[in-house]
Amino acid sequence: MNWRRFFTRAQADAELRQELESYIDITAEEYVARGMTPDEARLAAQRKLGNLTRIQEEVYEMNTATFVEATLREFRHAMRMLRLNPAFSITAILTLALGIGATTAIFSVVYGVIIKPLPYPKPDTVVWVGHSALFGTVRTPNFPFSPQWLVTYAENNRTFQELGIWTRGTAAITELGDAEQANTLFVTQGTLPALGIPPTLGRWFSHADDQPGAPETVILSSAYWQRRFAGDPGVIGRVMTIDSRPREVIGVMPARFSFLGPSADLIVPLRLNLAQPPPDFNYAAVARLKPGVTLAESNADVARMLPIYKEKYAGNRMDSLQLLPAVRPLKDDVVGNVGQLLWILMGGIAIVLLIACANVANLLLVRAESRGQELAVRTALGAGRLDVARALMVESLTLSLAGAAIGVGLAYGGLRILLAHAPSSLPRLNEITIDLPVLVFAVATSVVSGLLFGLVPIAKLASPKFVVHLPEFIRSGTRWASAGKSQHRSQNFLVVVQVALALVLLISSGLMIRTFQNLRKVEPGFTAPATVQTLRISITPGQLAEPERVTRMQSEILDRLAAIPGVTSAAFVSTLPMDPFGANSIAPAEGKDYGNVAPPIRTIKFISPGLFKTVGTRLIAGRDLNWVEIYEQRNVALVSESFARQEWNSAENAIGKRIHVGVTGPWQQVVGVVADIYDDGADKKAAAIVYWPARTQEFMIGPPFVPRSVAFAIRSSRTGTESFLHDIRQAVSAVNPGLPLFQVRSLQEVYDQSMVQTSFTLVMLGIAGAMALLIGIVGIYGVLAYAVMQRQREVGIRLALGAAPGAVKGMFVYRGMILSAAGIVLGVAVAAGITRWMSSLLFGVTPIDAATFAAAAAVLVLAALAASYIPARRASIVDPVKTLRGE
Amino acid sequence: MPRGHSPLQSEMVQGTLDMLILRTLVLGPAHGQTIAHAIEQGSEDVLQVEHGSLYPALHRLHHRGWIASFWGTSENNRKAKYYRLTPEGRKQLASHKSRWEEVVRAISRIMNPAPEKKR
Repeated sequence: MNWRRFFTRAQADAELRQELESYIDITAEEYVARGMTPDEARLAAQRKLGNLTRIQEEVYEMNTATFVEATLREFRHAMRMLRLNPAFSITAILTLALGIGATTAIFSVVYGVIIKPLPYPKPDTVVWVGHSALFGTVRTPNFPFSPQWLVTYAENNRTFQELGIWTRGTAAITELGDAEQANTLFVTQGTLPALGIPPTLGRWFSHADDQPGAPETVILSSAYWQRRFAGDPGVIGRVMTIDSRPREVIGVMPARFSFLGPSADLIVPLRLNLAQPPPDFNYAAVARLKPGVTLAESNADVARMLPIYKEKYAGNRMDSLQLLPAVRPLKDDVVGNVGQLLWILMGGIAIVLLIACANVANLLLVRAESRGQELAVRTALGAGRLDVARALMVESLTLSLAGAAIGVGLAYGGLRILLAHAPSSLPRLNEITIDLPVLVFAVATSVVSGLLFGLVPIAKLASPKFVVHLPEFIRSGTRWASAGKSQHRSQNFLVVVQVALALVLLISSGLMIRTFQNLRKVEPGFTAPATVQTLRISITPGQLAEPERVTRMQSEILDRLAAIPGVTSAAFVSTLPMDPFGANSIAPAEGKDYGNVAPPIRTIKFISPGLFKTVGTRLIAGRDLNWVEIYEQRNVALVSESFARQEWNSAENAIGKRIHVGVTGPWQQVVGVVADIYDDGADKKAAAIVYWPARTQEFMIGPPFVPRSVAFAIRSSRTGTESFLHDIRQAVSAVNPGLPLFQVRSLQEVYDQSMVQTSFTLVMLGIAGAMALLIGIVGIYGVLAYAVMQRQREVGIRLALGAAPGAVKGMFVYRGMILSAAGIVLGVAVAAGITRWMSSLLFGVTPIDAATFAAAAAVLVLAALAASYIPARRASIVDPVKTLRGE
Repeated sequence: MPRGHSPLQSEMVQGTLDMLILRTLVLGPAHGQTIAHAIEQGSEDVLQVEHGSLYPALHRLHHRGWIASFWGTSENNRKAKYYRLTPEGRKQLASHKSRWEEVVRAISRIMNPAPEKKR
């Protein structure tokens, strides 16, 4: 076997021919020398050489991988056959392209989000160092990390190679074009080394950078560096004004660097005082394990160090939390809870692909029948059953690979649309691409599909039964009549499977529709969110140091906003309703015994007066705050209805009771109770919320507190218009031109965002369901249309004998209905078995919801009726005379 | 399809033609015609090389890497494909030769058995 020759066949052949010709020439010359005439000599020489072709063939075989060769030949033959029958080929290839394309697109998401390792060196050793804690009856898996733990673990651990803590926030960048609020990652020195991605320019933070009092530094993200510095490598050493303080740029991260959550523009050292670490719990920790250390060992290590921490810092205060170590792969936190959702979508799309395969198998069956003669002739000429099977399989694979080629194109386009509409809460969006593993998946999928639907005609045509019938075929030249019955059985089976699978998808999308409806029905705790404009403004300590002046500036902004024409009211709050980035803490009620465990975790918000009026939250008991209470820092508070019920059994009872936030702190008196807001999403229980005045003497154990970053809510019918935003910008810059607005959106957008995961699932499953329905219906139509064509003669006779066209029509529609009925029974059974996998995505509807099942079945029946009616009608208008004469 | 039998293929142990070709090429590069001549003349025309099997054999040896080929000019100025022995071919020839001699000895022992010793 000579591969070079194999691939340069033409050249090798020419060379051999030339060699043999030169032989004939030389021999002929000899013969001439011996006295023959040139013609005789040439003939004699040729005789001596023997059969030229046979020599060529013999040499040829030496150079051939017979199997590969034959397969390539079959491939070329298959291409010819497909070109000969374009209607069939295009239908089959497009069906497959849709199935494979959709599967590939979703797989690229599954791969990019769930399967692909995190983009860090040795990603399995990068861990989230967490703790779980018990509050009330709930163990939260994500108790925030404290700098005191950082110090304890840094000194005592045996399993971490690097350890750092981080938090997110924003920072105002001024004196560099327009003022802007940049997403910022605040880290300690060990965080970036734990992730292990060095900057492309400059360096990581050193221990010195992370010390309070040292010159302040910043590392830029690649995107920000490109955007604001046009990728200038001379940026290192430049000084930027961040939150009104100068910071030297010491590094630029590479473009591939990404971390949990939204991409950060800036990375800034936390500069905690590690000699006396503050006792706050506002951070998350990331670590790189030492080589060979397992998660279990690391968890044991943390469990060993927790008592050291308690002895050194916390006294007995943390005992009631019942902390447990929770060191886990960072990927778990990156992927979060979308894993199941994506796998469900993947399953849905795989069903579409299966239906597509069944459809193509059906097409192939129909075609195989008309090709019986061709294959019979091949067999008669000496092709074995294996050769016939190979020919058929190569054709199927050609179809599926062509489908994959187009499908990858579709997937590429589809993925761009999908990513543009994907929920921003979907992690790792920037890592989703159609890369090599995805392409391998596409090819593997198409080969598996090809094998799957390719086996169906092979089972028919390469079977011994077929071979027995060969003589009839060749003799009569007719279609393979004797195979008709089993052929129908296979076709019917495939249609039933298609209908069943389509029904499963329809039911799944139906359940999502019901879920979405139910979510929309929940009153979120605010009204007409489309007419509430929101935006966020931060006032940094660099701009205004004194808390009181911050409050005055916020109040002045409110006055200006309220004076804009068309504004009915305005207020601010630390986190908007349904905004997931709120603050949590315990908020014990005075005189209440929580037993040995910590009180439950509550949502804490800081508000200005007028918030509830602005967003439309009902006041159930008591009254709202007023500005005097804020300026005088009176110890008052409002609570949500759930909070009041949980602590004091009713809203009315809450008035006059006292609570505080955190472990200690001044008692604040409840002056009002407001309606529940579904802060954690309409599908969750209403959050128990504590509303604190936007300025307090003391918050938890800290000094006088004022929220510096607040969201303004403005009720106006002008919400979202350009002119309104212009007025708002003017109003704010009249107060202070150095205040960038960010997160400008309507409350409706916040509300939609809270159910984006559900709507995304709904749309994706809806698309899958629609595709399934379409392909399944085409399947029913195809089989019936084929049956009509096949039984044209019979129908002609019936009509000639006086059968009513209606009865003929009924006959075919009946068959379509029987098939879909069988499919629906099967589909309902399958759906009842598998919809419980999606119960975590559902809200207000059980996975076996009778109404949804019935509705989906009804849709399918109607579609099937339409699909059967068209061919049935064609049968009923058969002209008996023409049909009978034609045969 | 029935195939013709060349004298060498039918009458001699398989592989013999290969060995003879290799042996011929020990003397220097040659084209097909010369090789056939050399075998015929060397065997005093007892062995007739049918060219129908010569060329496949040449190609077989070529693929095994025992001989190499190049285009040259024949004695009377014709373009012809020449073959020469490769080091690997030389090794193969040696081993073929010793095996061949073994076979010949074995056959001749059978054909001319030594008279049995009398008891």
